[in-house]
Formats: sequence, structure tokens, C-alpha cells
Amino acid sequence: MPGKLKVKIVAGRHLPVMDRASDLTDAFVEVKFGNTTFKTDVYLKSLNPQWNSEWFKFEVDDEDLQDEPLQITVLDHDTYSANDAIGKVYIDIDPLLYSEAATVISGWFPIYDTIHGIRGEINVVVKVDLFNDLNRFRQSSCGVKFFCTTSIPKCYRAVIIHGFVEELVVNEDPEYQWIDRIRTPRASNEARQRLISLMSGELQRKIGLKVLEMRGNAVVGYLQCFDLEGESGLVVRAIGTACTLDKLSSPAAFLPACNSPSKEMKEIPFNEDPNPNTHSSGPSTPLKNQTYSFSPSKSYSRQSSSSDTDLSLTPKTGMGSGSAGKEGGPFKALLRQQTQSALEQREFPFFTLTAFPPGFLVHVGGVVSARSVKLLDRIHNPDEPETRDAWWAEIRQEIKSHAKALGCHAVVGYSESTSICEEVCILSASGTAAVLNPRFLQDGTVEGCLEQRLEENLPTRCGFCHIPYDELNMPFPAHLTYCYNCRKQKVPDVLFTTIDLPTDATVIGKGCLIQARLCRLKKKAQAEANATAISNLLPFMEYEVHTQLMNKLKLKGMNALFGLRIQITVGENMLMGLASATGVYLAALPTPGGIQIAGKTPNDGSYEQHISHMQKKINDTIAKNKELYEINPPEISEEIIGSPIPEPRQRSRLLRSQSESSDEVTELDLSHGKKDAFVLEIDDTDAMEDVHSLLTDVPPPSGFYSCNTEIMPGINNWTSEIQMFTSVRVIRLSSLNLTNQALNKNFNDLCENLLKSLYFKLRSMIPCCLCHVNFTVSLPEDELIQVTVTAVAITFDKNQALQTTKTHVEKSLQRASTDNEELLQFPLELCSDSLPSHPLPPAKEHLESASSNSGIPAAQRATSVDYSSFADRCSSWIELIKLKAQTIRRGSIKTTVTVEKASPVGDGNFRNRSAPPCANSTVGVVKMTPLSFIPGAKITKYLGIINMFFIRETTSLREEGGVSGFLHAFIAEVFAMVRAHVAALGGNAVVSYIMKQCVFMENPNKNQAQCLINVSGDAVVFVRESDLEVVSTQQPTANCQSSCTEGEVTT
Amino acid sequence: MTSELDIFVGNTTLIDEDMYRLWLDGYLVTNAVALRVRSGILEQMGSTAAVLQSDTMDRYRTFHMLERLLHAPPKLLHQLIFQILPSRQALLIERYYAFDEAFVREVLGKKLSKGTKKDLDDISTITGITLKSCRRQFDNFKRVFKVVEEMRGSLVDNIQQHFLLSDQLARDYAAIVFFANNRFETGKKKLQYLSFGDFAFSAELMIQNWTLGAVDSQMDDMHMDLDKEFLQDLKELKLLVADKDLLDLHKSLVCTALWGKLGVFSEMKANFKNLSRGLVNVATKLTHNKDVRDLFRRAVLPKSVFSVCPLPRWLPTPGPLGPLHGHPPWLPPAPLS
Repeated sequence: MPGKLKVKIVAGRHLPVMDRASDLTDAFVEVKFGNTTFKTDVYLKSLNPQWNSEWFKFEVDDEDLQDEPLQITVLDHDTYSANDAIGKVYIDIDPLLYSEAATVISGWFPIYDTIHGIRGEINVVVKVDLFNDLNRFRQSSCGVKFFCTTSIPKCYRAVIIHGFVEELVVNEDPEYQWIDRIRTPRASNEARQRLISLMSGELQRKIGLKVLEMRGNAVVGYLQCFDLEGESGLVVRAIGTACTLDKLSSPAAFLPACNSPSKEMKEIPFNEDPNPNTHSSGPSTPLKNQTYSFSPSKSYSRQSSSSDTDLSLTPKTGMGSGSAGKEGGPFKALLRQQTQSALEQREFPFFTLTAFPPGFLVHVGGVVSARSVKLLDRIHNPDEPETRDAWWAEIRQEIKSHAKALGCHAVVGYSESTSICEEVCILSASGTAAVLNPRFLQDGTVEGCLEQRLEENLPTRCGFCHIPYDELNMPFPAHLTYCYNCRKQKVPDVLFTTIDLPTDATVIGKGCLIQARLCRLKKKAQAEANATAISNLLPFMEYEVHTQLMNKLKLKGMNALFGLRIQITVGENMLMGLASATGVYLAALPTPGGIQIAGKTPNDGSYEQHISHMQKKINDTIAKNKELYEINPPEISEEIIGSPIPEPRQRSRLLRSQSESSDEVTELDLSHGKKDAFVLEIDDTDAMEDVHSLLTDVPPPSGFYSCNTEIMPGINNWTSEIQMFTSVRVIRLSSLNLTNQALNKNFNDLCENLLKSLYFKLRSMIPCCLCHVNFTVSLPEDELIQVTVTAVAITFDKNQALQTTKTHVEKSLQRASTDNEELLQFPLELCSDSLPSHPLPPAKEHLESASSNSGIPAAQRATSVDYSSFADRCSSWIELIKLKAQTIRRGSIKTTVTVEKASPVGDGNFRNRSAPPCANSTVGVVKMTPLSFIPGAKITKYLGIINMFFIRETTSLREEGGVSGFLHAFIAEVFAMVRAHVAALGGNAVVSYIMKQCVFMENPNKNQAQCLINVSGDAVVFVRESDLEVVSTQQPTANCQSSCTEGEVTT
Repeated sequence: MTSELDIFVGNTTLIDEDMYRLWLDGYLVTNAVALRVRSGILEQMGSTAAVLQSDTMDRYRTFHMLERLLHAPPKLLHQLIFQILPSRQALLIERYYAFDEAFVREVLGKKLSKGTKKDLDDISTITGITLKSCRRQFDNFKRVFKVVEEMRGSLVDNIQQHFLLSDQLARDYAAIVFFANNRFETGKKKLQYLSFGDFAFSAELMIQNWTLGAVDSQMDDMHMDLDKEFLQDLKELKLLVADKDLLDLHKSLVCTALWGKLGVFSEMKANFKNLSRGLVNVATKLTHNKDVRDLFRRAVLPKSVFSVCPLPRWLPTPGPLGPLHGHPPWLPPAPLS
């Protein structure tokens, strides 16, 4: 009997009138856990009953404690007929099972009914007495902490990052059971809510067990999703990163430890170690012959299998492009081997994290993604979810091989998603191939490593940009140059990643949200035919999405994308693709070339004119954008030529000033066969459309910035004013003009208008930045497109921003000195100002100043992939990039458009971090944010994960204000329930909040609608930094709760 | 392409004051959009009319959802659905319960019944206030009336406690409730020049001095109903006019009390006899409900006086003398007993 759950029902308030005659209610409460139920007395004739019940005690297994939610039902007593339910509260008691999290859940919970919404509130106190269970065959995993946050939580230190954990449970969906035909919608909804609650509890417990097996104590970046597969069942799956975390006790540990950027830090270049055997790839598969077949079991799979193949282009000789680090040579080799083996052991070296401890990330290869189209089939045996497991295993395998092809041994920023329409399901996975520092992955030598990390060199600020693959055997033809920062290593011309911008990266100017939007019509079809049609469309969509992203990135004058998220949504008669990312200008990467448009009919004079007009417009836009986002890369001065660049080719590359035509490069860089300029051929109307759409994206109004990463590169002076919001739009397409173009335009307008609306709505917060902008597209019906956006608006201090511009001069001086040092053949970090220029406000996470030696060689030889096969597959980025290169080669004219503005580097980063003190302490307010931190505040405690699933249904849609009224009220209610749960745990904020699902279905003719929402996040206690200085021991929770409780008196 | 659904839900509910005003003033979405377009907001933000339309719809929807809570302001404070900062909550409540002078003058003293509600379109036409706004204001009066009608204790306190209004607004509501309860006639032509403030002031004094509550704080409904006994006793005041000595005494007492406090002191002194007679006449006839309702019409009868000096300037500060304490001079003094 390992646990005793104690529940006390205190009071209710604002109950609905259940007895029309007296306008009052005779309420009582049923408390249910597992199969045990207790009841309170009936409190007669009151809308504000005071039950003050005894403690109801449940003696339960800890397994049940983890799986089951506490279910509290408020009912109206009726002497003659059946008691009427007022509503329910489900309380997840998981947070009470960790030792350091909440000790009691106590507070007002909204009483929720799936038909009527929130109907009053109930005050409940819950406690758990947990007995230690040392049985090693136990099935529970109490004590493993879960975090939705995709970085190491702020008040913890990562001792070891173990790696990927995943689990999946399936069940029949109660909505589709036969009994659903005879039960009420309420009963059906409640059965569903309860089942999902149970399933996610079970899932969490199972993942916890896996973590314990790995000897971890926490899961970070926990992402749990539901697949409502309809007839074929309900899948709840989760992925996460197992870690061993240490609680940081002393506040001193929060001090950024990165304060001595020792200048003599030398970047150890690729100590390439000929390591031919480890990664010899499998037998080559002739890709072009590849066909796919339907398995008879209807589990139709169209799996690409190719990327790890084709040995022919894979010479295994190492090419050391520099001297191996002398001091660390053998040690590093050892370490690398350890990493290798550490990662090799793992089935999937994946990490769901998007931000990392300093030094963790060594190199980034690029985005890898895989998709697969499946036909859903009824899950016959819920206890053996093998099919679904196998599907995901295939996808992960593919991701892994893509990463390998990029010379990377790990995938970071990894995520998985699905899109389901009828019986077709698209499974997608994506991540960023990367080379990691082994130290965090090792067991055992923790302390020693930590010491080392502190002593050793600081992370190189451009290291992550350097290519992890071998330049002679590039997996795709990219255009490499020497790093603009250290000038020792090669970097690609553009970098796409799914992670957040590393804290130590040098960025010029500000970033911006970049979206690619795409629709494709598809014939309505059944089963296999449908799946085939979808799989045929997918590669083209991916390709186009990628082209759009690339064009838009260039148009913005930027060279890297972070936080890339591509969502492909399948509907009855169309496919939608939406890619969002944050574009930035990385100082280490070359200046992007311009966009050149070329026509096919060069003889036509007016056409030529038109083209040149367009070209001018594009050039103007680029120039304007550079100004808008303050992208003023430094001009490469002549002096730098003196730096030791081994290859003549490279020297000449540097000789060129940026404005020079890239023709020269083509001559010099023939081996790469790629040109600086990006050529768009407008040979048909489609392409014209594309060009137009490029130019129609309006920049946000002045004072507004937007990004989909945690924070905006280039803005640091956040104030504490934040506003999280969800906005939903559904448009109905007129079925008459359904062409691809019209569809694209509609979709584009929808997204643009939505953004415009947000800017308008939040104008009172200017200057402000929309962070973590998360778009979700779904196609609920034939002609409906639903877009859901969740983001947080954070204001920043403009005055401080102005101040920083003043520092330009000083910076340039600083920079000059650095340049001089460079002349002394010291491959220094460009930025001697690395201390103040940490772009992240939550610099607290500098738990250790770890060093990142780029000592890990890209040991894996890049296995080249035959890219002509792309059409056969649900492809990965690698190939798309390749394709791109091909197109470019075909291009006709090229010029580079660069704005020459001599200005120091890295200035965009320097911002004063101190937030102005918050004027009024908002008592009782629970903040919600999709970010992992709260600006101007320090998170002192993590109280546990919030993971809630709600269903709301109505049969009086018109009366509730139509679809908008209905959904508005429901989302407001969901927020309210999340806040109430957090407050009851003693918290005052939710971080890493995410609305994972918002499924909305309507039937206006029947006056009905139904909506399912799934949200999650981490409940935390935060203390304002300003308060912290004054009273360090203040507990904001006390305020919060008192304000919650005083309500009963006044009503 | 039509927007089927378009919503924006913030963790903190944003309240745009200008929009709130438009909504309270009863503008339809289309009118509100037109007004906002004219205000030049689009140029400021470089936005489009569609954006404005969507924003307006959304705000109106939010207000509509809040309205239910505004009917019982304490609920707004303790509800969990909308997270609104305390300062914004106060603003929401205060603005919702604010009323137009023009409207309240039309309704003051009328029974807050369905009948009156039917006349609201007329009032709307007369005052130029939208019918929607009239309805809101009328419903507010009625709601406050219903809640405090049966309550013990100070009227203002009760209103403040149950509607969380500011002190001034609560006083105004006390006056409205008091007038509605006693059905004082305020709509007659000759009363038109009086402002709501004038009536509210007299209501306050009447509540303090003439109601049951003023005498005995244990009585029910004490601050709403006039003390019948007191009104009966007023008959005795005939003596003040009939008896020459008493008249002189009264005059000297009043003059002492008001000396230096009245702009029109000399006129008052010269006309004291007429004034006193007029007032006593009013006072002695307050035995019938009908006469009570007519109080204000009859109280301002002495045309000679009021034509010289409009009423508001008469308003004195309470004098040191017992009988006159707290009474406006144009009202009959309390019994001398």
C-alpha cells in the first residue's frame, strides 16, 4: 500500500441554479479515485455551499496514483428523480508525487461540464502520503520529473543528458464505441476525457520507468500528443529527453559563469580522425528503382529508405584542415570515442531539446525530416500497439540515417507530428542533425567533466555553424566558405535548423518570422488511392515550401533559419503546407546573395521591362529589409587577407568585397558549381505568382517584431509585461474557384490577415515582439481551413534599445582591436565582447561555462545520396537543398545584391539586461507563456507538468454566440482551468505552455458544435527580479492563494 | 473566402477603453467600425478595414461575455474565466454602471417597471441616446433597486458593497433608488431646469433626515421609505405661519443660521414670510402619497423666489442650529420638538 491520497471538499461558490422553483441548489460532491467513491453531505439551498467535509482517504498503489486522475463530481440532490450533475473537476495528482514539487493541491477549481462549460467553482484540498517502495520490479515511476520545457529547466543543472525516450499507448475511442449510440453526449465526452487522462497518466508512468532504467531522474522536452484516429482508435504518444538533473540550491549558481572569455582560446579545428569503419553505410540501394508496395494488411506504408546509401562517393580519408589541438589531442579522441559509443548504443540519438547548455552543441548539420503516409486500421489489440510503434520506428530510423548522411551522430530539436484525415495519416518527424559534445552524455565522470568544463576553453561562438560533414564528400552540393568569424572552418551559405538560436551565437541585426505557405489540391479518393495521391504530392510540396523559405530568407537579407517547423496537413481534397521559422543573419555565415529573376522570352521588350521592374522591386525590398532588421554586416577589410588561409581559392574569396559580382566566384569556385545569386525563373504564371507572393508579405508595423523562437535575436531588454494569446480563424473557401493559385492566395491572405490582426490588437504593447509564434493548420471539412496561432507578446524597452546604438562606436573600437589581434595570426574569437553580448535574458542557465572544443571530428563520412530520387520519397531536406542547387545551376544571370554598410559586427547583441522594476505586483494573477522563462523574473520552483484535455460540446450554438462565441468561451475556460490548477499547486505561472490540439467541428444546421483542446505546460513559481533584491524570501504563492480564497466571503 | 470563425483570447483579457465606450453607448459593430475608421486609427497602424471589423467583433464578443458578470460585480472579481487586472475590473464596473444625465432625468422618480421600459424608445428619441444604451442604464437602475430594496442598513453602503461602485456613483444610485421608490415627480415642465445633481443632493438629505432609518436604525427598509409619522407631524408646522411670534422667531433663527452662507440672503430675508408660508403649505400636505410624489413640483412653487435665484445656489452648508440642521432652506424644517 504505497500511498494514501487524502481529499477534503471545503466549499463551492457561484453554483448554477438547479432548482427553478427556489432559484437555489442542493449540492453535494462525489469524490472518486480508482474504484472508490466518497460523498459529502447535501448542502441544502445554497449557491455557495460550505461542505467542510472530513478528509476522504484513498489507499492506493503508486501505479494507480500515477495513472488515475482524481475525479470530483458536483451534483444537485433531487429527492424524487435522479441527481443532476452540475459538473466535474479532474485533478492530476502527479505533481504531488515528486519530492521537490508541490506538497499540497489546494484552491478553487472551476467546475466544468462538457455541455455547459464552467459552472461555478469548488474549493478542494488534496494531499498524498507516499511510502517508499524499494521493490525493483515495481511498475510505477514516481519521482521522475517531467518538463515540457525544451531546455534544461532554469533552476536545475544537467548532470547527464541521457537521450531519447518514447512511448505510445492505444485504446479504442469511446466516441466510436457502440455504447455511444445510446448514451448522452455528456456521458460520451466524459468517458473520453477520463480515458485520455488515464492514458496520459499511464504513458507518463511508462516513460518514467524507461528513464529510471537509464538511471535518469527527469524528462525534459516532454511532448505528448493525441492522435484521434476515429474508428481505428485513439493513440497517445509521447517523446522526451531523459536527463539526470541536479537542483541548484544556492542562488550564486545562477550567476552567469561565462565571465572570462580568455582570449587565447583557440578553436581546435576538426581533428579529423580517419575513422573509416564506424560509419560505413549499408549496401547501396538503387534508388531510382525503388518502388513501394502496399502491404496487404492495409497498413500502407510508403517509406523512403534511401538516405544512408550509395557508397560510391564516400572516400574515407580524413582531411585535416588544420592542426589538431595539441594539448587535448589524445584526450579528445578518447572522448569522441566515448561519445560515439555512447550514442551508438542508443537506438535513436535524438534530443527533443531546442536549447542547450553552453558547449553541448558542437556542430549543426542542417534540418532532417521524414514523412510517411499510412492507412489507418483498427487497432486490434490495444495492449500491443505494435503497428504504430513500428511506423514511428521506421521514421526515426530514416531521420537517423539522414543525420548520418550529414556527418552528424545526433539529432537535436527533434519533434514528431501527425495529420489525420479519414483513414489516411501522415506521420512526420523532423530535427536538426548535429554533433554534440560527449561530456554531457557520459555517465560516471560527471564531476571531473564539470571541472574540466570550467577550466577549459570557452565555447566558440561560431563553432556550431561549421559544417560537420567532409567538404570533399558533401552530402549535397552546398556552397562552402570559410567562417566569417574564425576564418578557419568551413561554413555553408545558409543554415536551416529546428532549434533555438544558441545563446553564444553572434547575430547581426534582428530576426524575423519567415513563413512559407502552400496549398495543393488533391482529388478525393479512397484508401490506397488516396494515400498514393498524397505521397506523390508530398515531395513537391516539400520542395516548394523549401524554395519559398529560401526566397523569403534572401529577401530579408538573412542567412539562417532557426526554429523551423514544417507542418503538412491533409484534408479531404487538399494538402496544406505551412513552414514557420525565424530568420537571422549569422555573423559567421556569408552574406546572402540577392534574388535574380530571369524571363524565358528575352526578346520581348515590354516583358524585359516588366522583368527589370520586378527585379528593381525585389532589390528595393531587400535593401529595405536590411535596414528594417538592422542587418549591417561588417565589410571585410583588406587587412584580413593577411590571416592564414591555406587555400588560394579561399583567399580570393575573401579578397572580393561584398558588392562584387559573384561571377568571379564562379570561376574560382568551380568545384562547388554554385553561385552566389539566387535565380528565379519566371517562365510561367505560377512562377509569377510566386514572385508576387514574395513581395506581398508585409513587414510588421513599426515597433513590432515577430519570431517563432524563444526570444528575438537582437532584443534583450525585455520588460516584464507579457501577454499570451490564442487566436483561431476558420475560413470557408468558395468552392467555385478552387484552383491551386486561388487556394494559395486564400491561405496566404488568411495567415497575413491573422498576423495583421494580432499586430493591431496588441498595438498598446508597442514596442513589442511576438515570440514563439506557433501556427497550426487543420482542415476540418472540405472547404474549411482552420488556423490556430498561439504566441506571447513581450514588450521591450525602447530607450535601452536606443542606448545600445550609442555603443556602436565603442564596439567598433573594440572590434578594431580584435582585428589587429587577428593579424597576429591568432585565430581569435571575433567578439571580445562576448560577456555582455549574451543575447538571452535568462542568462541564468549558464550553469557551467562549458567549453566546446570542436574536437569532435565529423567522423561520419557523409554518405552521398542520390537526389534524383526525391520524387519517390517523402524526402528530407538534404535532397531538397540539392535540388535547389541544380536549379541554380540552370540559372541564367547572376548578380549579388548586397547593401554595403560598414558597421561593426555583433552590435545587435549588446543590450542591457536589467528589466525595469515592475510597478504593480499583480496579486493572484497566473501568467502563461509558451516560453521557458518569464522576462524580468526568476523561476524558483517547478511544480510539475500540466497536461489537460477538454471536450466541449453544444447543442445550442446560436444561443452561445455562434461558432466564434462558442470557441471563444471555451478557450477562455481552458485558460481559466489551467490557471486554477497552477494556482492550486501554489504556482503563479505556466511556462512552455502549448496548445497541442484544437479540434473544432461544427454542424450549424443542427445548431451543434464540438471542440477538443489539449494543452500542456510546466507550473512554476517565479519571483520578480526586483522583488528578489528586496525580499528574497517572499513567497508569491501565499498572495496568490489568499486572493483566491477570499472570494467566498463576499458573495 | 469568408471568415467563419475569428477569435482572439488572451491570458489577460485586454480592455480597450475606447471600444468599451462605443459598446456601452450601444453602437452596432458596423457603426463602431465606421467611427473607428474616421478616427484615423487605420493610418496609424497601417491596417485595413477588415482587421478593424474583426477586432471590433472580437471586442464586442468579449464585452458581451463579460456583461453577464457585470450584472453582479462581485462575481467579476472572483470569477476565474477572465483574468483581468484589478484596475481594469474597476474600470469595467464603473463604466458599466455610469449613466447619462439626460437619460436619468427622464427616468428619475418613475417606477422601474416594464411599462417604463416600453417608453425607452421615446426616451431614446428625445435624448439621442441609443436604445441599447438606454436599456442598459434602465436595467442597471432596476437591478440595483431590486438588490437593495429589501436590505437593511445604509443605502449607499449596500449599493457599494453589492455593486462595487465608487462612492460618488453609489450615492447617485442611492438617489435614483430613493426617487424610484418614492416615485417623486421630477418630469414636470417647471422642474426641467433642475439637474440630476440637484435632485441627488436633496435625496441624500431626505434619506439622512426623513426616512425611518434616520430615526431608528433597526427598522427594515429604513433608508428607502419616508417616515410616515414624521410627515404627519409636519402638520403642526401651520403654527409657524399662523402665529406671528413664532413666525418672527423662526425668521430670526433661520436668518442667524444662514447669515453669511447664502448669496441671496437679503432676498431671502425680505421674502421670508412668503417663503415660509409656501414651504409650510407644502409641508402640511405631505400626508397623502400623491402629495408626497408632488413634493418637488410644489416645493418650487414660490416663483418669485426661484425666478430671482435658481435653486442650486441656495444650497447651504449645514448650519449649527438643530431644527435646520442639514435641511435645504426650501424644504420644511424638521419638527421643533
